[in-house]
Amino acid sequence: MSEYLNIFTRVQVRGHYEPGIPLPRGNWTRTQGEPIFEYWMGKLGDAQIGPIYLGGLGVASAVCFLIAFEIIGLNMWASVHWDPVQFIRQLPWLALEPPAPGYGLHFPPLNQGGWWLVAGFFLTASILLWWGRIYRRAVQLGLGTHTAWCFAAPIWLYLVLGFIRPLLMGSWSEAVPFGIFPHLDWTASFSIRYGNLFYNPFHMLSIVFLYGSALIFAMHGATILAVSRFGGEREVEQSVDRGTAAERAGLIWRWTMGFNATFESFHRWGLWFAILCPITGGIGILLTGTVVDNWYLWGVKHHIAASYPTLWGPVIDPATLPGAASLGVVK
Amino acid sequence: MNYGIKAAVLGLVGIGAAFLVIPMVFGFQKPMIETVQHGPRGVAMGLVYNDGDLAKTAAANKVPTYLPKLPAVGPKASAVYKNVQVLGDLSVGQFTRLMASVTQWVAPQQGCNYCHNPANLAEDSKYTKVVARRMLQMTQNINQNWTQHVVATGVTCYTCHRGLNIPANVWTNATPAPGSDSGMGFAAMNFGIAHPTTVTQAAVASLPSDPFTPYLEGAQNIRVQSTVALPGTDRSSIQQTDWTYALMMHMSSSLGVNCTYCHNSRAFSDWSQSPPQRVTAWYGIRMVREMNNGYMDPLAPVFPDYRKGPMGDVAKVNCTTCHQGVYKPLYGVSMAKDFPELQTVSSSAHPYP
Repeated sequence: MSEYLNIFTRVQVRGHYEPGIPLPRGNWTRTQGEPIFEYWMGKLGDAQIGPIYLGGLGVASAVCFLIAFEIIGLNMWASVHWDPVQFIRQLPWLALEPPAPGYGLHFPPLNQGGWWLVAGFFLTASILLWWGRIYRRAVQLGLGTHTAWCFAAPIWLYLVLGFIRPLLMGSWSEAVPFGIFPHLDWTASFSIRYGNLFYNPFHMLSIVFLYGSALIFAMHGATILAVSRFGGEREVEQSVDRGTAAERAGLIWRWTMGFNATFESFHRWGLWFAILCPITGGIGILLTGTVVDNWYLWGVKHHIAASYPTLWGPVIDPATLPGAASLGVVK
Repeated sequence: MNYGIKAAVLGLVGIGAAFLVIPMVFGFQKPMIETVQHGPRGVAMGLVYNDGDLAKTAAANKVPTYLPKLPAVGPKASAVYKNVQVLGDLSVGQFTRLMASVTQWVAPQQGCNYCHNPANLAEDSKYTKVVARRMLQMTQNINQNWTQHVVATGVTCYTCHRGLNIPANVWTNATPAPGSDSGMGFAAMNFGIAHPTTVTQAAVASLPSDPFTPYLEGAQNIRVQSTVALPGTDRSSIQQTDWTYALMMHMSSSLGVNCTYCHNSRAFSDWSQSPPQRVTAWYGIRMVREMNNGYMDPLAPVFPDYRKGPMGDVAKVNCTTCHQGVYKPLYGVSMAKDFPELQTVSSSAHPYP
């Protein structure tokens, strides 16, 4: 008899091989082969692996992703002069950079940002095709299309960063480079250039929803595991037919903070908090440079930036003093 | 079948772990870390110091013992020795003491012969002697004309050289990407960015590796933030910001301080909120430009090729050349006060060349 524990459990979710429901007419077939069960996957979720539905959208998405991945990887490799050792050692630093500002929205030579545009095209195509795959699979399974619309939220942020905002700014150079540290450096430089993103109210909202999502996810997981001994994992049943688990799950929150969500509503809380994080973030990025050029000064203008006492005598920009321009200049 | 999948899963976990662990190894420091408040309360303007690093830096930046000051008595050096172009007004005793000190600071292994022909100390046959003369003039110029940066502390040869022929921290122009003039070629070029670089102390950044050529030899604009809230006045790009950012990270690591030593990081560009150290640094940037353009670059015909960088330029100065990890070189101890001959530009100095 397996023992169920509600933090770490040794129960393997493993049944008979389940290929899934019959597919509608016109669909591709699923991957065939021996049934696969994997003990370690059973530790994390369902022990059964596959079958996978490939489909036209899935195959096209995978091909586009591979093309983008290859372009990015080969360009990074070229930047270390095709040295395999340096490619591995420097991988976190390597980049495929967008074109220089001088190219505007023109298509530059391949080795001066052209490859960035090509890789970006295929990566975007891959992501949009995958969105179509999620949408179509949901419809074919008879589900709501919630997952597809949730996926659309980060796609919005991605498109703002790499496509919509560069178009509005008139320069591909405003977009994010491909690369591990390079894209992190970009976020720092972006914030510095536009006067500190922390004063951007949509950035503030995005952080609220990011931290809020983590909080809500932890509250939900904890509550459901806590009432699982009363059948609380049957969330959907209990959302319309409240059993003792749903009653107690509500009570713990009502007693501690005076208000409780319901088994049904809480999933809407989670969904909206999660998707509002990239939606508000995308709005904040979109406004940066297009509508506001220095968020700190914008904050001062609208009285959201506090002023603090100065601890030093007046510090004056030396560049404004007479003779400053000729300092250090050698004729 | 299961073994293959198991291997694949473990492989993916390994790759994922590597991506997490590699940045952590570079990013983490050994405790203990201390924070010193450097601004008004509530703005997180703290100077962050690592005790272990501080001990190492302190040990590496000690002031050496040097010869005592001598009175200006007896005949002048110019009357006794030939070809004394800069220090002729010193007494023979003072002159000899400075020569001995320079030897201790710059060529303790090689001795006098590093610059002088032992058969004729006066002749300029060795390039090192010509360079040394120009460096003495540079030192005098810094101490006399750049007090906004070096204040009364001043500098000596030792500030940079520390017993080495060539200061430990110098730089030369980076090589441009192959094919960058033609725009041809299959793959993206090496733009001098997106590689590990010593410019940044914390190696987890992929910033431009040579911010010195545009800012410390050239005089490119460092300021990239708009001075008004709304767009229309400033076309600085994010890529330009990367270059400014790299220069600032260089300054930070060469002084062993973080951004808040000179800036209130909530508004980097605002002078009214900046600590006064930012003004000192502003003059330092101009001082270094003058050192590179007025003293180092014109010595190119004098230096032999093996002392030059891949672009054929001479080694140049940046903040680390003097500071060497400390907010004030040698923790602000003034050696120059005991070498008055280095404090002012010699009236007898011949202009170069």
